[in-house]
Amino acid sequence: MSQKVYAGTTVDVNEEGYMTDASQWTKEIAREIAKEENIDLTDKHLAVCEFIRNKQANSESITIRSVGNSGIIDIKGFYQLFPGAPMKKAAKIAGIPKPASCV
Amino acid sequence: MKKLLILGGGTGGTIMANKMRHELERDEWEITVVDREKTHFYQPGFLFIPFGHYKKQDVVKPKNNFIPFGVNLIIQKIDKIDPENNLVVLADGIVLKYDLLVIATGTRVVPEETPGLLGPEWKKSIFDFYTPDGAIALANFFKTWQGGELVLNIADMPIKCPVAPLEFVFFADAFFVERGLRNKVNISYVTPMSGAFTKPRAAKVLGAMLEDKNIKIIPDFYLERVDSEAKKLISYDEREVPYDVLISIPVHKGDEVIEASGLGDDMGFVKADKHTLQSVDFPNVFVLGDAGNFPTSKAGSVVHFQADILTENLLCAIENRPFTASYDGHSNCYIETGFGKGALIDFNYDTEPLPGLFPLPGIGPFGLLQETRMNHYGKLLFRWIYWHILLKGKEMPIDSKMTMAGKKL
Repeated sequence: MSQKVYAGTTVDVNEEGYMTDASQWTKEIAREIAKEENIDLTDKHLAVCEFIRNKQANSESITIRSVGNSGIIDIKGFYQLFPGAPMKKAAKIAGIPKPASCV
Repeated sequence: MKKLLILGGGTGGTIMANKMRHELERDEWEITVVDREKTHFYQPGFLFIPFGHYKKQDVVKPKNNFIPFGVNLIIQKIDKIDPENNLVVLADGIVLKYDLLVIATGTRVVPEETPGLLGPEWKKSIFDFYTPDGAIALANFFKTWQGGELVLNIADMPIKCPVAPLEFVFFADAFFVERGLRNKVNISYVTPMSGAFTKPRAAKVLGAMLEDKNIKIIPDFYLERVDSEAKKLISYDEREVPYDVLISIPVHKGDEVIEASGLGDDMGFVKADKHTLQSVDFPNVFVLGDAGNFPTSKAGSVVHFQADILTENLLCAIENRPFTASYDGHSNCYIETGFGKGALIDFNYDTEPLPGLFPLPGIGPFGLLQETRMNHYGKLLFRWIYWHILLKGKEMPIDSKMTMAGKKL
């Protein structure tokens, strides 16, 4: 377990850089993690982050398809917001663990 | 008379009917199983059909053969589960009441979720092997195919038996080598995952096997649609993969009745506690196997291990005791690797597949995360074990909890 400082706050992260305590998350922290991923955070990004944080809090499974069904954005748009690996990037920015939907 | 109702007479429902009939007094508890199909399919056998190792007759038997004396079997489609009123409505209008409900309705492939999959090319140049009909159509296709681009695609996770697609490409490699066609067949493995498997050590070993067999892996590919005329896959980030024959693992969902009854997540998998197997919403409803939203493989071994846990917890529920059994996510999969060899993985919610020997530490006879001949015989032998021991809920020499003994960190 290591720590990292985002927006002046020290947070716990795992070896892949995912936050391990979702309660430490703030929008400012999200903005700085997003910068590391070369993403300029918009309200749309934040809405997706809130959506998957809610799912995580309710221990529901988080998948690309579920984001596509969220009403916030379709899957194509999700890829445009978080290019390359949208689920992994969104989870990282939302301060939740990497989704383990694929076992 | 109290009523235990089991929805689904596949692997899970059948095992539970056998176990619970053994546990519960016949003059106190009536047990009923409902399923729409009168045929029981040995699903692990579907993989063997396209390559001519098995025929349809090798993977089917009447369900009735496996439902014990003293359990009612109703062959009918289920229309709705009404957990507020403890009843289930069947398609012919019959209403079944229950005191305890076990949902074991499994998962199904839904090719219509992906534009372009179903259509004029379905079963001509696009096949699935997760249904007996699909597997048989593919067997016929392979009989005369002269080679080209063979592409296997996993549309989305979760899928049933996440190692089956790997086994398919391993088998395909061996099949075309044996026919002297391998130099005319390019095999690609196109997956939404970041590697051959999600857990790091298994992904490394299985990824190396793919490479050894000259199978190209295309990771992080999330399928949007299929252009069946131009014969190519198109991802959401607009990458394209051309094919001559597409082996599709379509999107999986829970049974329609779960969605119709409002019991599922957005893929129709029933929301249940991953340790106790109890529904999160209704205390007298329990879930088993593929039907649940458990974060482990959708696989027969999972059902088998969960059945031990569920039997104990159902008895706790009946006797108003706190639950004493907890499912750890244990899964155990034989992986056919072709040329008469196989690999084996054993893991749970917290421990990824590791190398070692199984089930007896230091002895085996099966090797974990390595290719051996014995593992292949284990898989072949398993069909007999499935029909004669597993479905009947008899003891097997493998514990439902995963053990670290015999594994190397």
